[in-house]
Amino acid sequence: MKVRSSVFASFILISEVIGIALFLRGFFPVPVKSSLSAKNRLSDLPAEPLTGGSVNSSRLPQPLFKRVVIMLVDALREDFVFGPNGRMYMPYTRHVVERGSSNSFVAKARPPTVTMPRIKALTTGSIPGFIDVVMNLNSPALLEDNLIWQAKTAGKRIVFYGDDTWVRLFPKHFMEYDGTTSFFVSDYTEVDNNVTRHLDSTLKRDDWDILILHYLGLDHIGHISGPHSSLIQPKLLEMDDILKKIHSALISKEAEGSLPYLLVLCGDHGMSETGSHGGSSEPEVNTPLVLISPAFKRKVGMEKPGVVEQVDLTPTLALGLGLPISQNSVGRLIPGVLDETSLRDQLRFLHLNGHQLSCLLKDSILNYEKEAGFEQFRVAEKAHGSWMKLYLEGNTSEVLTNMGKKVLKQYLEALAAMSSALSKQLGKYDLYSMIAGMVFVFQLLLVLLLAMPEALSGEAAVDLPVLSVLLSLPFYLLCLLLASVHVLVCTSAESSCYFCSLSWGLVFAAVAFSSAMFCILVSMAARQLPLGPKIHGKSPLKSSGSEWSLSELDVLLLAGTVGHTLSLAASSFVEEEHQTWYFLLNTLCLAVFQDVCRKYFREQRGSGDEEDHILPSKDYHSAHPKAEIFSEKWLALATPPFTLLCCRLLRSLNQTGVQWAHLPDVGHWLNSSEHRTVLSLLAAFCLVLIYLLVQRRCSWVSKVALALGLLGVYSYRAAVGNVLFPWQHSSRATSKGTVEARFVYVFVLGILFTGSKDLLRSQIITADAKLKSRGLWEIYSGLVLLVSLLFRAHNLPVLCCCLLIQTLMAQFIWKRLHYDAAQTTIMHYWFGQAFFYFQGNSNNIATVDISVGFVGLESYVEAPAIFLTALSTYAGPLLWVCHLVCYLSSERDRSPVAVGHGCYCLALLRSVPAAAYIVLVTVLRYHLFIWSVFSPKLLYESMHLLLTAGVCLIFNTMEQSHSPSKS
Amino acid sequence: MWDHEIRAMASTHAIIAASVFMATVLPAVLVPGFSVYGTHLLWLYSVSAAVTAVSVAVFWLLGITPPTKKHTLGYKLSRLVRSCLYFFLSCLFFHTVVVLYGAPLIESAVETFSLAVLLTSLTTLRCLCVLGPSVQAWIRVFSRHGAMSVWDTCLQITVACTVVGAWVGAFPIPLDWDRPWQVWPVSCSLGAMIGYLTGLVAAPAWIHYHRKQLTYKCK
Repeated sequence: MKVRSSVFASFILISEVIGIALFLRGFFPVPVKSSLSAKNRLSDLPAEPLTGGSVNSSRLPQPLFKRVVIMLVDALREDFVFGPNGRMYMPYTRHVVERGSSNSFVAKARPPTVTMPRIKALTTGSIPGFIDVVMNLNSPALLEDNLIWQAKTAGKRIVFYGDDTWVRLFPKHFMEYDGTTSFFVSDYTEVDNNVTRHLDSTLKRDDWDILILHYLGLDHIGHISGPHSSLIQPKLLEMDDILKKIHSALISKEAEGSLPYLLVLCGDHGMSETGSHGGSSEPEVNTPLVLISPAFKRKVGMEKPGVVEQVDLTPTLALGLGLPISQNSVGRLIPGVLDETSLRDQLRFLHLNGHQLSCLLKDSILNYEKEAGFEQFRVAEKAHGSWMKLYLEGNTSEVLTNMGKKVLKQYLEALAAMSSALSKQLGKYDLYSMIAGMVFVFQLLLVLLLAMPEALSGEAAVDLPVLSVLLSLPFYLLCLLLASVHVLVCTSAESSCYFCSLSWGLVFAAVAFSSAMFCILVSMAARQLPLGPKIHGKSPLKSSGSEWSLSELDVLLLAGTVGHTLSLAASSFVEEEHQTWYFLLNTLCLAVFQDVCRKYFREQRGSGDEEDHILPSKDYHSAHPKAEIFSEKWLALATPPFTLLCCRLLRSLNQTGVQWAHLPDVGHWLNSSEHRTVLSLLAAFCLVLIYLLVQRRCSWVSKVALALGLLGVYSYRAAVGNVLFPWQHSSRATSKGTVEARFVYVFVLGILFTGSKDLLRSQIITADAKLKSRGLWEIYSGLVLLVSLLFRAHNLPVLCCCLLIQTLMAQFIWKRLHYDAAQTTIMHYWFGQAFFYFQGNSNNIATVDISVGFVGLESYVEAPAIFLTALSTYAGPLLWVCHLVCYLSSERDRSPVAVGHGCYCLALLRSVPAAAYIVLVTVLRYHLFIWSVFSPKLLYESMHLLLTAGVCLIFNTMEQSHSPSKS
Repeated sequence: MWDHEIRAMASTHAIIAASVFMATVLPAVLVPGFSVYGTHLLWLYSVSAAVTAVSVAVFWLLGITPPTKKHTLGYKLSRLVRSCLYFFLSCLFFHTVVVLYGAPLIESAVETFSLAVLLTSLTTLRCLCVLGPSVQAWIRVFSRHGAMSVWDTCLQITVACTVVGAWVGAFPIPLDWDRPWQVWPVSCSLGAMIGYLTGLVAAPAWIHYHRKQLTYKCK
């Protein structure tokens, strides 16, 4: 089956989008969340179970503790306390663990073992998923139901000293706080002294109920010199002294009759043997959890500490303080804490915990009735009810106690089963779906690569052996094999898997598709291979029959594409990806400059001027050939330096990235209120320039519409208060500018309509190439108008420079230097990438300008808001790609297959980094920065792929409409 | 073929490389507190000065510089002045290019200019020595198939290596390793230096192995 390059490319891209969607679904598991948006309240708590009883008491047992001190030591590893060196490192703690009234456990933290998600886990009891973090980037505060909120609502007074992550997560929750920043990792003394200095005065006072201390020093030492350095011991001794101080203060404050205190020593995560954390190795995951309270039994010697989950602390603390357990908590009550309370209270506590877990289970698992834990809980609840009945009747026999013990055991089993069923849902990568998605993408990428010689040939058509493959035996065998693998994996997988839960029809389609792709791949490879050695020895991929020598520019374009893809493996290069693109773009401009110089200085002697006359120069009539050529030479020579200058200026317009994002930039300067006049002048100038640059190739109707639209853009900006009208001196009350924005929208739609009308006419009636290129250009100018409305006023120079560079480059560089479609496409792609960052984007979700979604809308409407936000975020790449369509289709008389080639190259350029990136993300899924750096970038990559697939479809129609006219 | 030239080239390059080495070692002995990272600018200038002095001396002694047409003192002086002017202009050119690549405009202008001086003394100076102050010759040498002697080829290779070295040297700057050699412009100047030294080794070697294929058309 012969397919045109553009059809082939768009087909591959769309299939890749599906593959990546599958991968994303596996990579970001759906978080387990209660469907209720409200937080748990005391009044919602279930009544105590009682069979046949009429009086359902919803009484809560008395809180176990009055005051709680949580001492969180960052990166406190389990063996620092319980290990053989523990006696040396933390003598007092060890003494309390062995002899005092305490309970000690090894608490397992879930990866990613990074502080912020760990704090969230400790306070909400849930295991934050990756998508969760991405979704909550706009609000640093923790909005989920959590322990701190519950405590504050219940009127507890909370004091906090330590890592300021807490302060950001819980603004206004603390009665008193002092946040220390973990910015300077090399400082491990001051950070802790800043916490300890408050301790004496606070411990003397009585006006708090919960005291939280978060010590960062140990973590910093770990990062500097690892867990075996000589700095560790003094630091741990210091921590031990602090614990002793708090403990003795609590003991001295202890009054007869009142409730006891609770002192918690815990770590948020451990540290690996090199001192870092974030992964899932044993030393990173295991943290100590020591609960000290007179309410516990005195220990008589060192026991092996039991193993609990880190999130188990949340329900324990909540119930201990008499608070409702937060909604999304998957933890279960630590049983050792309850040993000294009455059996009724114990059962009641367990019942409350079980009820909360079963509610969560109902919300998050589809067929929750089948879960073993849920069933067990129902049984235990019933038994509890009948036990209560007997108990209230005053039965005090041994039978009752035994029965109670049995209920207790049932509850504990039910809790364990439910908790594990829930936590299996989260914090786990659905590897099977990820791998399936990855296999799809890679098959497609390989097919795309193998088709290169055919797709870039003069015919621009790819011969896909679809029919022969579908009728071949290997295809059916492969189908069977894959289907059986699927069945095998799905039946043996213990955790839930998205790909397995798909319907059979879909799965079979996927299996058939994948095996067909594989067979096509093999047959295409077999077809390519015998050709390879015949033509060239070295590069069978690149050789297209004739001798294929790479110029410097080609080397740069190839090396840049490959190098950029490789650079994505380093988190810094992902954070600072804009630097990569600026750097490559600069080099590209210099290389182009060299080409231009070579053409005009060196080769002019040899070939003379004939080269310029070969070109169908419509615009330049040879009235003054000498002067024309002369001025053209200098303009061509000036274009690359001018582009370089523009790029340098734009680069200082918006500082993005991480390391240098704080530096002052021109954008901030322009946006400050003193410089509003400058901004107004600049915006007006840019709009005029945009008009001049765009109107050249429009029909007069569009020209008028464009002018009015740009006026509307300015008045919209004036209405919003960004810029000033000359006659308006004082800043008047700002409005939302809805009317102005809608005014512009009307013109955008009008221009788009005229453009598509021209396109349709050219296609159906006249087959006029000129009309068609005008229609395309009008659509492009409609897009420009829309983008100029959406861009912030200080970003208008970006748009302006974009148009200017496009015009100059098209006029003097791409046409004159005879760059082929592939080279032009790569250059357009690079420019598009650079402009993506010029407009202030980065690989961080936080830089997405959400306010764009409200332009011209009275209130938030989801679909247009998402469309507008996506459009304005990807405006740079989109504008360049649209320009590419215009340029290539106007170049058709030179090479009729240019559009097909461009489309193919674009697909290749986009799929290579996307495919490489999903492999990288899979490999680095336990990396420290997987949340903060790699996951947002993954979302950006997928979004970009989706948009490119859309643009490729447009390419497709462009080419399609051409082919009938040719024949 | 070209054996004599290759030998001369190899020894010239050995002398220049030795001068770079001495320019690093001598200040380390003489100046207290000298280090390549710590007092980077000092190292930069000492290397630039050494390379400049040694190249000029060696190439003058070898007599590769194209013979001047006139032997008047005035003409020689004007050539000298022009060479100095070109040297300075090339510094400015490199400075501009580096700023266009994203170096801060005002903040660390001294560092940027020092890098430009180093790049100039590694590349432009050699052009001045081999080709003399004539733009025409430079354009000829740096266009495709423009080399007309072994020295031209050698010049192409060393200049390309130096520039590519400086270019590659910029890569580690965004990494968050906080190493002393990531400070601007240390990595770039080290890259340029390493590229230059590689070029010094690579040029004679390449020419030696390709001496059969090398053909130059005369003017």
